[in-house]
Amino acid sequence: MKKKKGAQKIVFKSEKDFPLMPMSVGSMLFNKTGAWRNIKPVINLEKCIQCGICWKFCPDVAIFIEKEWPVIDYEYCKGCGLCAEECPTKCIAMVEEEK
Amino acid sequence: MKKVIMGNHALSYGAKLGRAQVIAAYPITPQTQVVELLSEMCADKSLDAMFIKVESEHSAMAACLGASLAGARTFTATSAQGLALMHELLHWASGGRLPVVMGNINRAMAPGWSIWSDQNDSLSQRDTGWMQFYCSSNQEVLDTVIQAFKVSEKLLIPSMVILDAFTLSHTYEVVDIPDQKKVDEYLPPFNPSIKLTPEEPHAFGGLTSPEHYFELRYKLQKEMEKAPALIEKTGKEYEKMFGRYLGLVEKHRCDDADLILITSGAMGSTARIAVDELRKEGIKAGNLRIKVFRPFPFEIIRNAVKGAKKIAVVDRNISYGHHGMFFEEVKSALYGYSDGLPVFGFITGLGGRDITPSTFKEITQYTLERDKPKEEIIWIGVKL
Amino acid sequence: MKKEKKMKLSLPEVELMNSGHMACQGCGATLAMRFALKALGQKVALCIPACCWSVIDGPFPYSSLDVPIFHCAFETAAVSASGVKAGLEMVGDKETTVVAWAGDGGTFDIGIQALSGVAERNDDIIYICYDNEAYMNTGIQRSSATPYGAWTTTTPVKHFKNRPKKDMEAIMAAHRIPYIATASIGYPEDLVKKVKKAKEIKGTKFLHIFAPCPPGWKSQPEDTIKLARMAVQNAIFPLYEIEWGEKYTLNIKLKEKKPINDYLKIQGRFRHLTKKEIVFIQEEVDKKWERLLLCVNRSK
Repeated sequence: MKKKKGAQKIVFKSEKDFPLMPMSVGSMLFNKTGAWRNIKPVINLEKCIQCGICWKFCPDVAIFIEKEWPVIDYEYCKGCGLCAEECPTKCIAMVEEEK
Repeated sequence: MKKVIMGNHALSYGAKLGRAQVIAAYPITPQTQVVELLSEMCADKSLDAMFIKVESEHSAMAACLGASLAGARTFTATSAQGLALMHELLHWASGGRLPVVMGNINRAMAPGWSIWSDQNDSLSQRDTGWMQFYCSSNQEVLDTVIQAFKVSEKLLIPSMVILDAFTLSHTYEVVDIPDQKKVDEYLPPFNPSIKLTPEEPHAFGGLTSPEHYFELRYKLQKEMEKAPALIEKTGKEYEKMFGRYLGLVEKHRCDDADLILITSGAMGSTARIAVDELRKEGIKAGNLRIKVFRPFPFEIIRNAVKGAKKIAVVDRNISYGHHGMFFEEVKSALYGYSDGLPVFGFITGLGGRDITPSTFKEITQYTLERDKPKEEIIWIGVKL
Repeated sequence: MKKEKKMKLSLPEVELMNSGHMACQGCGATLAMRFALKALGQKVALCIPACCWSVIDGPFPYSSLDVPIFHCAFETAAVSASGVKAGLEMVGDKETTVVAWAGDGGTFDIGIQALSGVAERNDDIIYICYDNEAYMNTGIQRSSATPYGAWTTTTPVKHFKNRPKKDMEAIMAAHRIPYIATASIGYPEDLVKKVKKAKEIKGTKFLHIFAPCPPGWKSQPEDTIKLARMAVQNAIFPLYEIEWGEKYTLNIKLKEKKPINDYLKIQGRFRHLTKKEIVFIQEEVDKKWERLLLCVNRSK
């Protein structure tokens, strides 16, 4: 599974750049929503049974599978805790963000 | 090919020759014949289009917007209450840069229920960013629809082709229906470079902050400012192929006129007759019929009235708390240009009250008898 | 050494929704979209009226989906989709699936006329309503999808919503459309299956997805899936399909319905309910379940 590449914030430099109708020309991937969280999930791979449930239930597509193991994308994870709550072996802990 | 058809059917033929691809419409008197004929044309495949029989005018415009965004040429028709119901989406069409073409039968706004001719319905929508074309003959209706497709699609601004209830919509006139092949030459298929497709996914019309909204609307106005020249250009191309020129206004004996009547719609052709009769009586009258109201033809009007001594604007509408809307706009166009020129504003014919050559004689009489207008509104024909 | 195995994912791997969107933490509506897009694939066009998703997608000039979107007027989701479908067909694209994606407000209330028109004509679109049971985008005002007893800003505790949730499935069934289904983000495999099934049918398909909302329901973000699961298990939001308005199929048969108390307890919007009111709600849920079973049995 490939993590999607980030995107740039868009700044219109001239009238020609500016779209003539209100339409999107770029991706929201520029918006690193990881900054929203206060607590973050940490997966204990020892107890992980590779069921894929955490990947399935992430509303922010912030868990991807790398070499058969789940990896959290901290750039975007908002710290909602759904992965920790749904994990059948409770191997994901929600820990306070260090400041 | 010449045929005797009603104004409503001139709209239908215009849409058919223009090869409209998606039509979504809801019936309302006096528009029904437009959509009835289009239904038949879709059913017998003389028009290759999908006709969505929607359950309201609001949905009619919504469907047209969706189809237009997908890249199809769209057409609809309505009147009065239906047009008012679409109001929110009229803004959508222009702001979304969707070149929908719509026929509107000028009909009085309720209450009380009226099905007769009145301009308030379309003029209430003058701020929505649509081009507005006021027709005075069935031939003009058909020719305007075809040209409207071309101009709208070049500028990506929607158009309204407007005709009077019954006086035009239900009146049979001889119309020269152009040959489809020639229209195809004049009007190529709609082929927008930007449209709704999974091949190049965009999100259209999303949340737009103060950071960007202003520029989008600035762009719309800038395009609209190109419209008068483009309408004249496409009009000249049409004349070359079909022998008829429309333009932004119709001037009848204005060049040496002392008094110029400014009119629109069906009463504009009645005024032409009145002018000829007045001329016979020795009065140097002229008629300036405004065909394109949006974009407002500032230059042409300023030039056309230069030689006149008085102007009489005739409105079949009123903006309550203000004046007739053509009067307002003409006066504002002349401000700073013909400041000494007296402009009289007449309101008549609301709710379909007949406007005849005598109405214009009365208007002319009134204007000739006074140096300047004393009233902001001069009511003609009110029985109180 | 730890026994490693190959991961078997129960949903398609493709992601057509990207990170960086504006949804709240634990948003059910977002998961509904993520799952639905996995089933639909990229050859799709969405019509999204005013709703949470008009904001979640991100502002101009960005989008968080890899599919085209028409952000349309509030009342018009269904008929905008009809228009898009007709337009695409006329320009030669008969393959793109057109989906109206609306919230409960834009479906049950202001959008119901357009939806009824589309269903009556059997226009070839998929209409998906993601239901968070109130006008959440504008700040949690009640809609006709708000359940009996819920607090919202326009049904404050002293005047809580005292009318039942509108039965959209029954209304859509009356239109005799080919396919109606309820789904829940707590059962994503079932949701994906239903969306895929809808994609293969011609005509109007109506899907109603249960999508909890932490700020609106006053629940914890991490409970969103739990709530979506519980609502199915206590029959507040049973999972079933209706074909042609007549054939009812129950997808999750409940041997024993769970009582609603645990479900209500973890939502702040129900905190004010008295024991008597909860008993009343349970009775209504029981009655509604019995009615559904009758329809299912009649269809056999």
